[in-house]
Amino acid sequence: MKSAVVVFPGTNRDKDMTRALEGASGQAPVLVWHKDTEIPKVDLIVLPGGFAHGDYLRAGAMAARSPVMREVVARAERGVPLLGVCNGFQALTEAGLLPGALLRNADLKFVCRTVTLRVENSQTLFTGRFEAGETFETPVAHMDGNYFIDTEGHKRLADNGQIAFRYAEGAAAGPANPNGALDDIAGVFNETKTVLGLMPHPEDATDPLHGGTDGRKLFDGIVEALS
Amino acid sequence: MKARVHVTLKPGVLDPQGKAIEHALDTLGFSGIQEARQGKLIELNLAESDPETARAQVEEMCRKLLANTVIENYAIELEA
Repeated sequence: MKSAVVVFPGTNRDKDMTRALEGASGQAPVLVWHKDTEIPKVDLIVLPGGFAHGDYLRAGAMAARSPVMREVVARAERGVPLLGVCNGFQALTEAGLLPGALLRNADLKFVCRTVTLRVENSQTLFTGRFEAGETFETPVAHMDGNYFIDTEGHKRLADNGQIAFRYAEGAAAGPANPNGALDDIAGVFNETKTVLGLMPHPEDATDPLHGGTDGRKLFDGIVEALS
Repeated sequence: MKARVHVTLKPGVLDPQGKAIEHALDTLGFSGIQEARQGKLIELNLAESDPETARAQVEEMCRKLLANTVIENYAIELEA
């Protein structure tokens, strides 16, 4: 599986993402700078976490208007799989590639800890290695992870199987929902399930030194689906 | 021409910063605050002098960048 990781000024999880993708696929991803207007032919494009453009104005807002995003949107429209983690998820909602928006955490605190995620839809190219309802542990680290969508949009997400992951009770200490997200939503798909955005960092649960390797299943599943 | 853009969270969207302000004012003894909402103010200095054209330009800026219309409303004020 060939992949590309987009780097914005302020991105800081590109190396973590690169390692996770390389570990799963055996191929190092291509790094693409936000000012680039071309992206090589790849099977997967990833927007990693960080604080693109300092999160000025709104988290992910400037990133969503970066030159490279024109090509990212065009590829996504042609069905090229696209993954956005944390700041990447915020950028995908800002770019209109995923529904909803990410608001400031309900308790106004930056949250950095392990959470338990429940897989809500395992019938996608991203989640094929999981069973529906399965839970796993993965870290979160964000200030604006409070997922919001209006009532109508929420119903559409639920009816169409677009809720990817929910925060759930599990082995992780602390309240299940770390940020006040509506309906405990931690990640969503677009309508065709070719775009996934999630606040937690599965790439940071792929090495025993991370304290857990639950995130590998996501990357192994993606590689299996796209190779 | 100057433009002031007020960006506010839509009614019904949780505003934790507004809530924090509400609580702090209450702690200071200002009673009777039913709700506080926080927004942002963006001031623009425009070369354009025609109000209608300027408003149209700023409208487009709001839709394309300044406001996230999923969660935010915006209001534009022009000043010659």
